[in-house]
Amino acid sequence: MAATDASGPTRLGKALRDAGFAALVAAALSFPILALRAEADMNNTLVLEQRWSWILVAAAAVGSARFFASLLDDWRARAAAVLGAWALLFGAGLAVFSRLLDRDALVWALGAGVLLLAYAWFQETRARPAPAAPAAAAPKTRDALRLFAIAATAAVIAYPIVLLFWLGPQGSLKWINNYGVQILIYVMLGWGLNIVVGLAGLLDLGYVAFFALGAYAYALLSTTFGLSFWLCLPLAGVLAAFAGVLLGFPVLRLRGDYLALVTLAFGEIINIVLTNWVDVTNGEAGVSSIPRITFFGLPFTAADDGFAATFGLGFSPIHRTIFLFYLVLALALLTCFITVRLRRLPLGRAWEALREDDIACRSLGLNTTNIKLTAFALGAMFGGFAGAFFAVRQGFVNPNSFTFMESATILAIVVLGGMGSQTGVALAAVAMIGGTEILRELDFLKRLFGEDFDPNQYRMLIFGLAMVTMMIWKPRGLVSNRQPSIFLKERRAVSGGLVKEGHG
Amino acid sequence: MENFVQQIINGLTLGSIYGLIAIGYTMVFGIIGMVNFAHGDVFMVSTFIALILFLALTQLLGLPSIYLALFLVLVAAMVLTSLWSWAIERVAYRPLRGSFRLAPLISAIGMSIFLMNFVQVTQGPRNKPLPPMFNDVIQLSGLPGAANGITLAWKQILIMAVTAVLLCVFWFVVQKTALGRAQRAVEQDRRMAALLGVDVNRTVSLTFVIGAALAAVAGTLYLVQYGVVRFDDGFIPGVKAFTAAVLGGIGSIPGAVLGGLLIGLIEVLWSAYVSSDYKNVAAFSVLIVVLIFMPSGLLGRPEVEKV
Amino acid sequence: MNRWETDPLLRVEHLTMRFGGLTAVNDVSFSVGRGDITALIGPNGAGKTTLFNCVTGFYKPTRGRLAFAREGRADASEVRALTRTGRRHARLASGDVYLLERMPDFEIAARAKVARTFQNIRLFTGMTVLENLVVAQHNALMKASGLSFLGLFGAPSWRAAEKSAIEKARQWLERIDLVDRADDPAGALPYGDQRRLEIARAMCADPVLLCLDEPAAGLNPRESAQLNALLRGVRDDHGASILIIEHDMSVVMQISDHVVVLDYGALISDGTPEFVRNDPRVIAAYLGVPDDEVAP
Repeated sequence: MAATDASGPTRLGKALRDAGFAALVAAALSFPILALRAEADMNNTLVLEQRWSWILVAAAAVGSARFFASLLDDWRARAAAVLGAWALLFGAGLAVFSRLLDRDALVWALGAGVLLLAYAWFQETRARPAPAAPAAAAPKTRDALRLFAIAATAAVIAYPIVLLFWLGPQGSLKWINNYGVQILIYVMLGWGLNIVVGLAGLLDLGYVAFFALGAYAYALLSTTFGLSFWLCLPLAGVLAAFAGVLLGFPVLRLRGDYLALVTLAFGEIINIVLTNWVDVTNGEAGVSSIPRITFFGLPFTAADDGFAATFGLGFSPIHRTIFLFYLVLALALLTCFITVRLRRLPLGRAWEALREDDIACRSLGLNTTNIKLTAFALGAMFGGFAGAFFAVRQGFVNPNSFTFMESATILAIVVLGGMGSQTGVALAAVAMIGGTEILRELDFLKRLFGEDFDPNQYRMLIFGLAMVTMMIWKPRGLVSNRQPSIFLKERRAVSGGLVKEGHG
Repeated sequence: MENFVQQIINGLTLGSIYGLIAIGYTMVFGIIGMVNFAHGDVFMVSTFIALILFLALTQLLGLPSIYLALFLVLVAAMVLTSLWSWAIERVAYRPLRGSFRLAPLISAIGMSIFLMNFVQVTQGPRNKPLPPMFNDVIQLSGLPGAANGITLAWKQILIMAVTAVLLCVFWFVVQKTALGRAQRAVEQDRRMAALLGVDVNRTVSLTFVIGAALAAVAGTLYLVQYGVVRFDDGFIPGVKAFTAAVLGGIGSIPGAVLGGLLIGLIEVLWSAYVSSDYKNVAAFSVLIVVLIFMPSGLLGRPEVEKV
Repeated sequence: MNRWETDPLLRVEHLTMRFGGLTAVNDVSFSVGRGDITALIGPNGAGKTTLFNCVTGFYKPTRGRLAFAREGRADASEVRALTRTGRRHARLASGDVYLLERMPDFEIAARAKVARTFQNIRLFTGMTVLENLVVAQHNALMKASGLSFLGLFGAPSWRAAEKSAIEKARQWLERIDLVDRADDPAGALPYGDQRRLEIARAMCADPVLLCLDEPAAGLNPRESAQLNALLRGVRDDHGASILIIEHDMSVVMQISDHVVVLDYGALISDGTPEFVRNDPRVIAAYLGVPDDEVAP
């Protein structure tokens, strides 16, 4: 706590200076882009719309955040104080620009602001216990993580059933589909990419290409040749793995960021080909009316030979959604199971050794090219599975689902989760995807900002900011400790500081 | 034949813009070994700054001279874009320097997403078209084999001239001044440079600032040449400029310019004679081929694996 | 007769390595005897590590031959015949011969059985001590795990193989006195322990020739003595020959059977420790020529 040694007024003065400077910079930055908006009028000529008050808002928001970040030491206190200050600012804004004065909102904003600031003050001033010795804490972390993983798996298995009883088939559909299936796809993709990036330390920015190949494999094979999903699923995986090997051969001797850029280019090329090879992929319009999932042959329709009629249930679209949920859960768990098992086998250990030091690996006779290729192929295979699932769930694929943004999202999930940690990756997927999905739900914000406010617009903006913030907060991700694959007497976690991140 | 010469002119114009952006990539990679993923979006932000300032000067303040307006826009865009880049480095990259290698990359990707969506939210998702300016062209008819087809627009001359002049100024800065020396010292060995009294943070900040200023030049010229900008115009030019930096040899500033011109030519010729649908494939393929077969680029230094 | 003349394990012939205009190793020829501890010494920048990197395949030599007889005594004319075929390995009548200059680094380790350590220790710092030793047994274990398929289903044969790999690692840990730290990350060990662990890790790959790049650098006298004992044990109990780069002359003179001296990339002396110690060229290289012989 070196910073607290400084006497109060100096500290405050420094914080104020920092805040003033940050506010000034924020004002300068927001001057053209925020304060003036170029919009085309009826004649398609650009005219400027002026909204100078936004400069004030930006400066105040940035300045107050910098003030508390500079004044406080404890990160919880900082976060609470910044949020509290923003709530107060927002309340003040509501009071001043009373255009949409809403007394409830005002009370809420001011109340939340005061509470958060009080919490920050409490958090900052209370005596903090000395951190426990890390060696003693490590085994406990492992047990806790393991317990958490088991409990979480059980909860996920129970999730659709509980929702079904609680909200009924109508009400639970959205929650099972948007939150359940959607997040699980990303969990699976995250786990797949985790093999490549987290374990083998190979930076892959084009992972979405394998996802796309899997999706188009099912879409085209089923619409053209009428192959069933259950046949196409393994085919999609094999195809993607094959593509992974094809890509891997020439590029795997590249190191670090270069590998990342080649994979990025590969992902973009796949996307461009999907967009422009109209004869096969139908281009931008995509492939539609892809056969839907069946219950091992029984279609989820209202027909007499459908799933509902066969099992004597009333027809409901929720059946298909629940089946999809369990299907993707099974696929994700398969990915996880294989990865966890492989980590304890020579191959998995070789991946991690490769991430630690590839030169040492070669000096011990490990064929690093082959080892990299297996990681690439396996990761690609799981991406292909996920792609086939994506296609059967949507019933429609087009290139827009497979942009660089998707690759970046999946990579962010892996890095934020803590490279190599299955639990961390799952948590990060829930936080990132669930978090951005929740932004769709924030209709109450319309009460505050007016009817034309669309929270959805801000989804990716907040997503980007969250990526930056999380990296600064925890550069090594949520779970940074590494669990050894093998032990002599007891399994002790390796602290993240010693684990290398790979360079190839 | 006429068409070919015309394509070469267009390619060099586009290539100048890529080259200017590529310098930002190559310098940052040289000095802190990081692919500044947000640099393409900084370029995009600069196009918007230039657009808005241009409109503000001509519409709000009613500046009569378009030349004066453009000159002011160029200077102001350079300053404001540099400030953006400085702030980005300060907030998103500096806290992560020397930490986990992937962290700055993810942070940069996050920044790129943020910038793109920030502009989308504040400026709207649609194309922003400016009425064409500097439409005067020079007819090149004296050339052998060219009947009357080749035109050299004044703005193309302007773009190439501005690029050339700024490159000379900038080259002088990097080669001859204390800043350039500090930069090269930090590039060689950051810790040693710090021990010898080089202010590493300031040097890195200045590198970002210079890169952004050149990107702003590119952004203003892009606006003049193409007259339309959009919030997602940063990604593809960014990747192409990075390709240019790699092709020229990463870390080499003349290499970045050379690479930019080559990428511009390849792209224009490819879309003219092969396929315009697949024009981006050309750039990406060049990136892959160069990285695999000559990772040190045209003018870069080869790297020996240290055992 | 010396062992490196009667029973050479590795014959370095006319080895030259150039980096651009710089010649780091210039036409060096010598032999490493089977069962010997061969020391490679020389002032800083003499090209010792470059030569190491050529032998272990991390650099491709510009010119020269590295004939390695994993078993038997390679007959010179047969090696010449093998060289002409363009192949890298042959089971000749006289012995099992590899031409190292034609092989990639990992194959030299995996097939010719040459293991090495590094001047700046290269452990897998984020993996435990035990894991480091098990990774070194990768190729054997990979086979035992049926390329992972048997292992994935936990086949009994795989479990047995894993158990014996751990047992082998444990024996080495006992030998270097690190059993208690088996489950700690390798990066958390003190420097001297890391040095010994790196040697143990290389030995877990069952090498015929162990190449050590300055293993005693930075060790205190007690650790240095431990290292000497370890190296002798490696040679006597495991039958591995050792090629060692070392600056510490006391270590060199105590343990080595054969000393090769490089200076400015060229070989200046080659013989027993006794012979080298008294060789005037070595003395000149290390101490410089006397002042009165230097032109003003």
